Amino acid sequence: MSLQATTWQTVGPFFSIGFSWLYRDNLAGPGVSGERVEIVGRILDGDGKPVPDGIVEIWQANSQGKYAHPEDPQKKQDEPGFTGYGRVPTDDSGRFRFTTIKPGRVPGPDGKLQAPHLAVSVFTRGLLRRLITRIYFPDEPSNAEDFALNLAEAGRRGTLIARKIDGQAGALEWNVILQGPGETVFFDV
Amino acid sequence: MNKIQGYRRYVPGTQPPHLHPAYVSSIKRAPLQPLVVLPHTLSEITGPVFGPEIADVKACDLTRQHSGEPLGERIIVSGRVLDENSRPVPYTLVEIWQANAAGRYLHGIDQHNAPLDPNFTGCGHAVTDSEGRYRFVTIRPGEYPWGNHHNAWRPAHIHFSVFGPAFATRLVTQMYFQGDPLIPFDPIFNCTDDEAARNRLISQFDWETTIPSQALGHRFDIVLSGRESTPMETHAHGEKS
Repeated sequence: MSLQATTWQTVGPFFSIGFSWLYRDNLAGPGVSGERVEIVGRILDGDGKPVPDGIVEIWQANSQGKYAHPEDPQKKQDEPGFTGYGRVPTDDSGRFRFTTIKPGRVPGPDGKLQAPHLAVSVFTRGLLRRLITRIYFPDEPSNAEDFALNLAEAGRRGTLIARKIDGQAGALEWNVILQGPGETVFFDV
Repeated sequence: MNKIQGYRRYVPGTQPPHLHPAYVSSIKRAPLQPLVVLPHTLSEITGPVFGPEIADVKACDLTRQHSGEPLGERIIVSGRVLDENSRPVPYTLVEIWQANAAGRYLHGIDQHNAPLDPNFTGCGHAVTDSEGRYRFVTIRPGEYPWGNHHNAWRPAHIHFSVFGPAFATRLVTQMYFQGDPLIPFDPIFNCTDDEAARNRLISQFDWETTIPSQALGHRFDIVLSGRESTPMETHAHGEKS
């Protein structure tokens, strides 16, 4: 028998009541291997106004490019204590911030490896369902051959790649523009 | 190369559009560019795993999180998490949050002048069992006014968040109550074109889970995206699986 997936509804403005118990802004505790990065950004609406009632969820592989999930068949090393999951809300200025490690490359279509990336869900009041996007890393040669980046129009691809913050080692900026000029590329998954 | 067995795409019309002007907050927040269709890779068919240890008894009984009992009508909200292939989704995290019986959220930006209840926080979580079942004890949330349009009132509802086995199966929705007269007027409930899909957000009164002299039962089953019947690479090469 075939069922139909339940329809989405907005998280509304009060999601922190239900979500805050699982806020995780540091995905990589002490002892987790990999290059540490801090990612900061803002969620902005179609008028460029900050979105103070938003939340970002992150899903990523470990530094070897392996997911902490039973369906990852790769013979790569697991990372004890690394779940790959993060959840951070925005503050009054629409800003979010989390610390993690740069993931390794994971397989993509046609046997090619994907460039290192984080899978991201964005939820806000006003969004009837989540928006799905990805964060890629700057100065990463494999970005040029990444299949998902290449699915996006060349002029908009940059919205998926974090920028280095001058003078702060390991600090990256990546913003979510919900609408209008500079609108972030969102995926249908 | 391992074949990736992706998840099904939503049936058109059964999910809300991003832009739904009747829900005013969507107007400046909905993306205007078309979404880029992303074939599922290992990144989308995996997702966070939460073990049963993440749930505790208090978290699934919202009436026992404080020293006293919350005001309002005690209810049992239960159901199953299934996939589109009718298979149970075991050991997955279900989170809920809601207003209190007076229609007030325990949240700094809720300005509704209804009383807070010192014995009710309004959040809970549970992990489904091996058959995909979940169960919460809570109180029936109140309806409340909001600023979307003149005399706008939200029907009584409970927010649900479910993970499922993969990044692709994530779901956040709202559960409503049978016979609520506000439902036909609610722009959030009505954002989805397909009437049958909308109506599946309405829980059903349920004798089976009702506890005599204690609490009425409401049943709410949740369906997550199911697996494609054949691996994607097989599709791509036109082979039979």
